[in-house]
Parts: sequence; C-alpha cells; structure tokens
Amino acid sequence: MADRITLRVTRYRPESDTEPAAREYEIPLRKEWSVLDGLNHIKDHLDGTLSYRWSCRMGVCGSCGMTVDGEPKLTCATFLSDHAPGPVRVEPLSNFPVVRDLVVDIGDFMRKLPRVKPWLIRSEQEAPAEGEYPQLPAERAEYEQFSMCINCMLCYAACPVYALDQEFLGPAAIALAQRYNLDSRDRGASERMDVLSEAEGIWACTFVGECSAVCPKDVDPAGSIQRYKFTAAMESLKTLLLPRGMR
Amino acid sequence: MEPFLWLLFSAGGVLSALLIPAMLFLFGVAFPLGWVSPPGHAHLSAVLGHPVTRVVLLGLCVLALFHWAHRFRYALSDGLQLKHLDRAINLFCYGGALAGSAVAGYLLLAAW
Amino acid sequence: MSEKSQYTQFHPRWYRRRVPVFWWLRRPSYLLFVLRELSSVFVAWFVVFLLLLVNAVAEGPEDYRRFQDWSATPGMLLLNVVALCFILLHAVTWLFTLSPHAMVVRLRGRRLPPALIGVGNLVAWMLASALVAFLILG
Repeated sequence: MADRITLRVTRYRPESDTEPAAREYEIPLRKEWSVLDGLNHIKDHLDGTLSYRWSCRMGVCGSCGMTVDGEPKLTCATFLSDHAPGPVRVEPLSNFPVVRDLVVDIGDFMRKLPRVKPWLIRSEQEAPAEGEYPQLPAERAEYEQFSMCINCMLCYAACPVYALDQEFLGPAAIALAQRYNLDSRDRGASERMDVLSEAEGIWACTFVGECSAVCPKDVDPAGSIQRYKFTAAMESLKTLLLPRGMR
Repeated sequence: MEPFLWLLFSAGGVLSALLIPAMLFLFGVAFPLGWVSPPGHAHLSAVLGHPVTRVVLLGLCVLALFHWAHRFRYALSDGLQLKHLDRAINLFCYGGALAGSAVAGYLLLAAW
Repeated sequence: MSEKSQYTQFHPRWYRRRVPVFWWLRRPSYLLFVLRELSSVFVAWFVVFLLLLVNAVAEGPEDYRRFQDWSATPGMLLLNVVALCFILLHAVTWLFTLSPHAMVVRLRGRRLPPALIGVGNLVAWMLASALVAFLILG
C-alpha cells in the first residue's frame, strides 16, 4: 500500500468565491484512517481554514455526512484504504445549500421534522397512566428499525425526488413519523396523516430506493414510505366505502 | 385522488408482473419464432369464449393501463423535469388509461 | 431546484447546485430506476398487442392467421423482444425488490422477512405463468 493519498476536497468561501472549486491535499495513508481522520489531518497540519462538521467519530451523531467519490457517506465510517489509490473526492452533501466548504444547511429538514410530530401523542383528556406505559418486546420490534435514524441527511442527499422538488417531505421525516405511528404507546397516527398524505408527502415518492441503500443505520426509509402508502390508501378506501359509524 | 390512483397502479403492477411475461413470451417471441407450435384458432376461441377469461383479461388491461399512466406521469414530471406541465401530463396519462380501458371493455365484453 | 435562498448576515451567499436534465445518468441506480419506470411503456404496449390478438381471434381464423404473420415480421419481433426484456425487468424488480419491502406479511403475529416474501412471490409467479401456459397451449 502506498503511504500517501490525495484528497480532492471541495472548497467554497462565500466571501470570495462565486462557486465551489476542488483543492488537492496530500495526506498520509494509514490503514485505520477514515476520510474524517484525513480531513482532521488537513485541518491540523495543512490548512486550518477548511470547514466541515463532525463530532462523535463513531457513527452515532450523524454530523459528518459528505459525498465521498460521488456517494453520500458518513466520513467517520468510510475508510481511506477502501478508496486507495485515490485521489478521493470529498464534496458537501448534495441537495442542500452549501454554507461553506463541506458544510451544508439542513434547516429545511429541521423545519419539516416537527410537522410530522415525531413524539408520543396521547389524548389530552386522558389522565397520565399510573406509572409507565408498558410495551412488549414484539411491540417494540415493530418500530425499532425506524428509531435508529441519526438525522445524518444521507437519505436526502441520495433522493432524486428531493433534488427535484424541495417541498418533498423526504425519507427521514416520513420514517420518523412511522417510528411513532407504529409505537404501541402512541395515539397520534391520525394527526400525522394530514401532513404525511398530502401531495408533497408520501405520494411524491417514486420508490427509487436510494435512501435505503445509503442509510448507514439500515432504517429503510423507502420501505417505510411504501408501507405508509398502503396504510393511507386503505384509510381512504374506508372513508369512501364505509358509513361514518363503522370507520 | 392520489391514494386511489396509487392502488390502481399497485394492483396493475402485481397483475402485469405475474401474467404478462408468460403471455408476451409465448405470443410475442416463442410462437413467431416457431419455438413452440401456436394453438389453433378453435382452441383460442374457446378459451376466450369463456366469460371468466375475458373478465380477467379486462381487469388486466385496465389495471395495466393505470399502472402505465402512474409511472409514465412520474417519468415525465421527474425524469424530464416537466413538473410545471403537471396538468397536461395528468390529462394525457390518466385520460389515455381511461380511453384504453373503454376500448378494452368494448373489445372484450361488447364486441365478443 | 428552486432558488429560495434566504440571505442573512450569517449566510452571505449560499451555493446551490442545479439538477442537470440527465440527472438519472449520474448513478447506475438512478439509471436502473428510470429503466424500471420506462418498463410501463411496454406494459401499455402489451395491452395494445393483447387487444389486437383478441380482436383477431374474434374476427375468425383468417384474421388470426394474419395476426400470426404480422407478429413474425422482423420489426414486430424486435419490438416484442425488447418489450419482453423490459417486462422481465418490471417483474423482477416488482416481485423481488419493491413489494417485499413495501408489504407487511404476518405469520402468527410475526413479520416475515423481505426475502421470504420474495420467495412467496416467486412461487406465485411460477404458478401464474404455468396457468397461463396451460390455458394457451391446452
């Protein structure tokens, strides 16, 4: 294995650049180094002006998502040696406005997320339970997969529907809505349906499936959206066919 | 409207995935190339003469057309980025599916 | 991509990339998606082909023979071979990748894994094809 590798990093400084441009940095190639370690090496030793987000280095915080060689990846979980001999292209996540260098603005998602009410909803009239709301392991298994989401935005970066229409609610927001819809303790499914089943909600999704392919936590947002389409369609059928009292 | 169009699309997707490959292989490729000897007119006429066959085929035609309409609509509006023409696209796709369904209904039920 | 940047003191100039018209050529998975969607055109073509066949059989043995000759012309053969490839793409993606992830099938209260649903779909596909072949060939 060669002992050096080149990172071709996208730089964008809004105060001076009109558009992003790539800059190359040669860094040591170590077997145990992730792309994030490479960026940290650049920041510490080669160019302190490079901007990017990171925190935990272990795939739980979801802040180091970038585009590595064209694929949306968590840079802390992507190893340089897998991209040798390089050069390795490191770009900001697609589909989001770039603030600076590798930093993107995910405000759009942060505004959409509360619209699907991703929290446990109980009736306001109902007195809180004496103690906890119990849940069986099988009930927990219903939503556990969707609760693994770390909001890393790789799914939004991979989604062509979101690329074409920023009004689309998007994979993670819908999967997180399903995480609560499928929770046996939750009573809020009907409140979420209005937002989820509008035109820019589930129906805009064409099941490209890339969101699930790039998800580092195997959440399968694409599957959750299709499952919800079925649920919503059945609800609509019921509204159409059954008299009011029987729904 | 969207949920019902999606249900038609899905039902059409299932039916066409299950039924069309065998039929298209036989009538489109295997019979013309002589790999399998084609059935005579009398036999096909008898099979099609059964009302169940024709009702199933009508269901297949209608649902397959709505399957096409739904997918083609998204292929135009997303694939070619023609979202601003949505109304025209919807009219063309679902209108086309309705018209095709009417033709299928006429040929399979009324004209037989 | 819509240009809706809100300029603030802290974001002097956001950079937004435009989506190219041929965005679906950028990744193999996007291309596969577009081909999968285009298979629907051949689903529609099959409906036309089927209705022509039904009409020919209804008209009598003479028209049926003419239909057979017509479907053996090189142009029609080529069209139907291409159509069959797309229909197979549709069947394979629909039965083995799309529906196993979209459907929830429960057996004794437990959710079946997608792979098992795929196996079930394969069996259904085989049975349906066998029934179709039996009816056509007699």
